[in-house]
Amino acid sequence: MRDALTLRGNHALLTRANPLAKFAVVFLITLVLALSIDWVSASVALAAELALFPLAGLTLRLLWQRGWPLILAAALGGWSTAIVAADSGAVLLDVGIWSISEGSLQLGIGFMLRGLAIALPAILLMTCTDPTDLADALAQKARLPHRFVLGTLAAMRLVGLMAEEWQTIGMARRARGVGSQGSPLQRLRASLGQSFGLLVQAIRRASRLAITMEARGFGTGQRTWARESTYSPLDAWVLVGGVLIAAAAVVAAAGMGTWNFVWR
Amino acid sequence: MTASDAGASAVRPAAVSARGWGWRHAGRSAPAVHGLDLDIAPGERVLLLGPSGAGKSTLLHALAGVLGDEGDDADETGSLLIDGVVPRGQRGRSGLMQQDPETQVVLSRLGDDVAFGAENLAVPRDEIWRRVHEALDDVGLRSAGGGLNDVGGPGLDAGGGPSAGGLPLDHPTSALSGGQKQRLALAGILAMRPGLILLDEPTANLDPAGVLEVRDAVGRCLDKTGATLVVVEHRVSVWKDLVDRIVVLQPGSAAGSAGSSAATSAVLLDGPPDQVLAEARDMLIGAGVWVPGHVPATRRRVSAGSGDLLLAAEDLAVSRERPRRRGFRTIPPVPVQQGITAQVRSGQALTVTGPNGAGKSTFALTLAGLLAPVAGNVSAAVDLSEGAGIDPFKWKANQLISRIGTVFQEPEHQFVTGRVLDELMFGPRHLGHGEERVEELLERLRLTHLVDANPYTLSGGEKRRLSVATVLAAHPRVLVLDEPTFGQDANTWAELASFLSELLDAGTSVVSVTHDQEFSAVLGGAELRLGPASRGGARQEAGAA
Repeated sequence: MRDALTLRGNHALLTRANPLAKFAVVFLITLVLALSIDWVSASVALAAELALFPLAGLTLRLLWQRGWPLILAAALGGWSTAIVAADSGAVLLDVGIWSISEGSLQLGIGFMLRGLAIALPAILLMTCTDPTDLADALAQKARLPHRFVLGTLAAMRLVGLMAEEWQTIGMARRARGVGSQGSPLQRLRASLGQSFGLLVQAIRRASRLAITMEARGFGTGQRTWARESTYSPLDAWVLVGGVLIAAAAVVAAAGMGTWNFVWR
Repeated sequence: MTASDAGASAVRPAAVSARGWGWRHAGRSAPAVHGLDLDIAPGERVLLLGPSGAGKSTLLHALAGVLGDEGDDADETGSLLIDGVVPRGQRGRSGLMQQDPETQVVLSRLGDDVAFGAENLAVPRDEIWRRVHEALDDVGLRSAGGGLNDVGGPGLDAGGGPSAGGLPLDHPTSALSGGQKQRLALAGILAMRPGLILLDEPTANLDPAGVLEVRDAVGRCLDKTGATLVVVEHRVSVWKDLVDRIVVLQPGSAAGSAGSSAATSAVLLDGPPDQVLAEARDMLIGAGVWVPGHVPATRRRVSAGSGDLLLAAEDLAVSRERPRRRGFRTIPPVPVQQGITAQVRSGQALTVTGPNGAGKSTFALTLAGLLAPVAGNVSAAVDLSEGAGIDPFKWKANQLISRIGTVFQEPEHQFVTGRVLDELMFGPRHLGHGEERVEELLERLRLTHLVDANPYTLSGGEKRRLSVATVLAAHPRVLVLDEPTFGQDANTWAELASFLSELLDAGTSVVSVTHDQEFSAVLGGAELRLGPASRGGARQEAGAA
């Protein structure tokens, strides 16, 4: 859990790009794909994203490990759309109230591809962006208040710690006779108690961490940055790449006549 | 090392002066500190002693300038000054290290964390990295170079090739041991160039090796910078040779309460270490301070135990991680330790020892039926299981607590109610028997006067005694304790050791994970020494530990 947030061992090209540039590209692609439900724009974007994998140090294996819930959700969303959408064209499968027609299948596939095409850039971004670099960029380049950004960054380190603490408290409570068995009501009470224990520990830790940070001069006026967040030519390429992917998706869909705005 | 010399001269040792200073925390009726008169000269090194509740931490927090966010309800009297100025306005003039290593780390990369304080003080970037290298060198976490921001100023040899034991600047801070985390915190403090270093029980959570690591690093840095030191610590022997003055405080309530005259000072004793220790030896021992050369008196064992086998671990591999799901596959975790074989016998103690990260606690938790073994097995003898099945991990919570009791390192993890008495009655009520033992436990562990208190508000020693009592209220035949003596004062230590030796004589089996050799000597029994992580093949040595 705590290691999942770091990039150790990943030296791919995109890890060196400024997080803000990557962020902008992800935002752009997501926006364009959210405008239309059609399979052409989604597949073009998806194909381009898959081709960019190695640049982020991502492999299909890693993608499946990190993103399988999203991938399953996209597949499930597509499947259910295919089943419940209004039939049009030839009916391919008919089991009682469930039927899949050419039209609904097309819609379902469009949904699934779209889900994947939107989820992938986010996974790509996570894979090749260090939280510390992101915080540096947000505070120095995007000019967000450093108190807020660094406070969040320090708190994120504690989140991993809390996951370990949750396990420990669970064991400590079992050692007191609070079991995770019994009626649903008893279970609910047991996990509420465990949550309360975690909350107490989280507040203790957070206030000690706050004292540590304050004692190191955090929160007073001006500060300098040991790590400078910079833009490089690579960031321009990242932006160009993002715009190209988005444009290719729109143009291809428009050319094939499949582009349809979601609100129409 | 011209750069280091230049850096050292930049430190201006701070002077501390308190005149009738007092502090009452918001929502408390009694002051934490009352009527403190104290002068500390620049460069002096002071060890602050006193019973719990004497306001030692409050004083350190005030000096660090982090006290006072409590609103109008808190109350300050008199004056407390650093170099004649109120501490709050001068961040960076002092640096504070607290007890819990996890909360002394702010950022996730080694170099960034050291740089954090200097960044906040708006130190120029090149100077920050020069200080980071120097500070890491000084605390013995020598930077190995190769980091992204390796600037390596003139006269610094730190930027050179990877040195033995060196850590890169982008080393993850979560991968450090407790002692390393505290040394990292010290480096972060040093990078601010403070004139006053404040240590609040910096080694209470560390094993003996970690304690010396941190103590020595502090000594080296003080020798180099000449900064003023104020350290709060129970274990006098660790710090005695490093400080040149001991100040003993008494509780603010004692100094300021009605009855005693207002002229009573918060400072009980003040002077060179040997003199204070000689004058106040008995008083300090009475207050639970670990005075050098004094091992608290404990009860001796009178029987060797029946030796009936209760619980056995066979070729055990342990890990805290659960099997992971990767897509549709299930991957067993990598064990931190394997090949452990041990027996737990009635009336006999088993001490689990080994270096940091050897999986001692993980083994104890697995043995206690709280974690599933990765490989091998834990089996309960019929004497212990009494029909509940052979594998303790599969027992229901109720079955477990009346057979194996586990006391965690952090007592607060185990509190399940809001009142001391309910806490003790919890186990017996669930089991439907044993409520009559509670009274006896309360008295035996001196908790009777606290029955209505909230467990979270107790002192460290009281919490420890309560956590032991609550587990014992269910009358388990095997008791497992994880570092029961960490951070405890000498009085609690002696009480705990005596109480456990009594339990052992009565036939209970005690398994303790501990670095404390004096503690295991009191309990006797066998020692299980675990090697460095995952080497395996740990076997219990028969005979006395």
